[in-house]
Amino acid sequence: MDAAPVPRLQLSGITKRFPAVVANDGIDLTVMAGEIHAVLGENGAGKSTLVKIVYGVVRPDAGTIRWNGEGVTIDTPAKARALGIGMVFQQFSLFETLTVGENIALALDNSRGGRELDDRIRETSARYGLALDPYRHVHTLSVGERQRVEIVRCLLQSPELLIMDEPTSVLTPAAIGKLFVTLRRLADEGCSILYISHKLDEIRTLCDRATVLRAGKVTGHCDPRRQTNVELARLMIGHDLPHPQHRTASTRGDGLLEVRNLSLAAEDPFGTDLAGIDLSVGGGEIVGIAGVSGNGQKELAAALSGERLADTAGTIVVNGVPAGRLDAAARRALGLCYVPEERDGHGAVPEMSLAENALLTAYGQQLVTGQGLIRKRAVRAFAEATIARFDVKTPGPDATARSLSGGNLQKFIVGREILQGPRVMVAAQPTWGVDIGASAEIRQALIDLRDAGVAVLLVSEELEELFEICDKVAVMAQGRLSPVKSVAETNAAQLGLLMGGSFIAPDGVPAALAPREP
Amino acid sequence: MRIALEARPEPSRLMAWASPLLAAAATLVAGFMLFSLLGKNPLDAFFVIFIEPVSTRYGVGELLLKASPLMLCALGLAVGYRANVWNIGAEGQLTIGAICGGGLALWLPQLNGAWLLPMMIVAGAAGGTAWAAIPAWLRTRCNANEILTSLMLVYVATLGLSYLVQGPWRDPEGFNFPQSSMFGDNALLPLLLTGTRLNVGFLLALAVIAAGWLFTARTLAGFRMRVAGLAPCAASYAGISAKRTVWIGMLVGGATAGIAGVGEVAGPIGQLLPSVSPGYGFAAIIVAFVGRLHPLGIALASLLMSLLYLGGEAAQIGLGLPSAVTRMFQGMLLFFLLAADVFIGYRLRFRRSPGAGAIPAPAQGPTR
Repeated sequence: MDAAPVPRLQLSGITKRFPAVVANDGIDLTVMAGEIHAVLGENGAGKSTLVKIVYGVVRPDAGTIRWNGEGVTIDTPAKARALGIGMVFQQFSLFETLTVGENIALALDNSRGGRELDDRIRETSARYGLALDPYRHVHTLSVGERQRVEIVRCLLQSPELLIMDEPTSVLTPAAIGKLFVTLRRLADEGCSILYISHKLDEIRTLCDRATVLRAGKVTGHCDPRRQTNVELARLMIGHDLPHPQHRTASTRGDGLLEVRNLSLAAEDPFGTDLAGIDLSVGGGEIVGIAGVSGNGQKELAAALSGERLADTAGTIVVNGVPAGRLDAAARRALGLCYVPEERDGHGAVPEMSLAENALLTAYGQQLVTGQGLIRKRAVRAFAEATIARFDVKTPGPDATARSLSGGNLQKFIVGREILQGPRVMVAAQPTWGVDIGASAEIRQALIDLRDAGVAVLLVSEELEELFEICDKVAVMAQGRLSPVKSVAETNAAQLGLLMGGSFIAPDGVPAALAPREP
Repeated sequence: MRIALEARPEPSRLMAWASPLLAAAATLVAGFMLFSLLGKNPLDAFFVIFIEPVSTRYGVGELLLKASPLMLCALGLAVGYRANVWNIGAEGQLTIGAICGGGLALWLPQLNGAWLLPMMIVAGAAGGTAWAAIPAWLRTRCNANEILTSLMLVYVATLGLSYLVQGPWRDPEGFNFPQSSMFGDNALLPLLLTGTRLNVGFLLALAVIAAGWLFTARTLAGFRMRVAGLAPCAASYAGISAKRTVWIGMLVGGATAGIAGVGEVAGPIGQLLPSVSPGYGFAAIIVAFVGRLHPLGIALASLLMSLLYLGGEAAQIGLGLPSAVTRMFQGMLLFFLLAADVFIGYRLRFRRSPGAGAIPAPAQGPTR
């Protein structure tokens, strides 16, 4: 009998309810052998829950899973691995102080480290073009190399299905290209790939088929190679995207934010030292800082916001005042507002209400009396104004920050900073992990700030975002900053080279690239 | 059928308040079993320990009298605990407060009470603050753990007091007993209720509770202490200095404990003795947590803890039990409270199918 080929993986009617939300609602999904299948959706659409169900991390409330035609129950990741399912998580689970080989040995179910394993690591990594030295310590590896460790770790178990959760969010354009070559090669050998992403271009380049999720439900199956970005986005968010209004820059007021030869040793032993950073952001312009994460962006943001103090006051000048030795509150008083990269526990206190989170940084907006007493009504009013102005979906200012989705909380944080009427705005990854709709609103808010004459500094790993809203860009690599260029005079390929550190003089060879023996 | 702990989506507010009551109930049940094992009639024992001591006007006075130092110490500690500043040394700060306040009473025996008493209270607060400043300085300067340093300083303080009352400050007419002279009436806090030992120190404690409520609930500084405790990164983002938080947390605790020390020597004791506190400074740690670090909760928990002190004394006299019974009940109360607190963040789930365990957490590693 010559029946239709049996699907590698077939999900039907998968449903998972969490106390507050139905994450997956009757999801059907079929992946064939050797297929690269995209699961596309905004943050919070249920992609992560779905793949965690396939990998045995989360158990579904209803629905069946068929693996190569057989009904199976996957109740632990070990069971999933035994079936031949591997997963590369968005957040890597590696120990920095151990070597590559040790990390891999730890994760294998039948772990037996040693030379035999090291040989297999070398062999497998070479076969797929993922060069890896089993003796290197993980803390010396770049983010892209760490991802290779995770991938090789899966490949050693010869999987029939590989799940990749947002794998490109930490990679340079060149590294993304390499990753795609590896994934295509795997697919040609018959391994199926479930590729989770919200980046439309990637999915259109890489994937054979796509399943689109919205609010926990499947809204469409399609061949992404035959769809335009606009069509895919419509399936994903249910309506057309607002396009940001971009006017040409009209710089007013030179150097509202000036950084002069800023060097700062990292506090964290695995952090990045900042070296000789020069930067000037004028009123009415958005300057973007591109770069692969972990190249000093976090340290730069902390140094600009005042969470870390510079060695001398003149290193950082805000609105004409030397501010290098001022803490975050004093810089805020000079008109510098800041949106940190982490929302939970940094930009907002998850356990506290939105009103209290408004007070966190906006206390200077007449929310406190001269005697230091909190004016509760004014605090509520400020929070309500933020919620209304920036369309934050929440029951009200008494809701805890943790009850909001990532995008809504980020809109609240950005709004809280904007309503303080800043002269300088530093935003670190303001759209990281935020759904498309909220991202577009946040970008528009930054553009509006610029048009109002504010100096905006945007740190982002997404080139698309930088090209979309910035007037100028510079690239961070290994704690150094490339010269600032006008967006019109550069392109993604040039920035990609800079991200690799091409602008760094040979004498400044950074430690991370220098050969290091264990 | 198996029982599993399941994380709640939001911490339960109801459990946060019910947990101390649950802990008190569990303490009673455990006490019931303990007395049964000791061959005492549990109901009689409960009556002797928990009812009889407060059945008289004098008894109620004693209850409030002993609650006062607990309120003072626990409130000050709670200010720090909310900000993750762990001052364990209130007992030592109380002792130094007693030395400073008592020292004034011994040096200036002729001074009018209207001048002397406020000076003693200020001196006690200053002494406690200075003692708490040592671990604060060590923490902010050398990153030394304040739990250890503040605790060790307790023993330094008690030995210091011991030296004073056996040496330079010993009462020349005291038959060589290790104690100072009795304070004059001008150095004793006025009584509040006739027929009891309750003095105005209780009002002082209530005032401090009210001030503590104002600080935590209504001031920006109090709000910032809470932020520092909940999310240190958010605190530095908002420009809240971590060092300042440690200083405030330690010094407030030292000041209130110092006042409590003055309240003891200028109140029921009336002189300096080798020991001026039956462990109020340590019991206040339990009081602070049983009271949920909330000023009103602390006031109520102080009464409960005070009752345990009275009951322990009554148990010695009426039942012939060792004084350790007080410590037993204190320990059980804290133990059960910590156990019950698990249910603020988690709930019990009864599962029918045998193979279905709790959902394992997704693989999370140390790096991003």
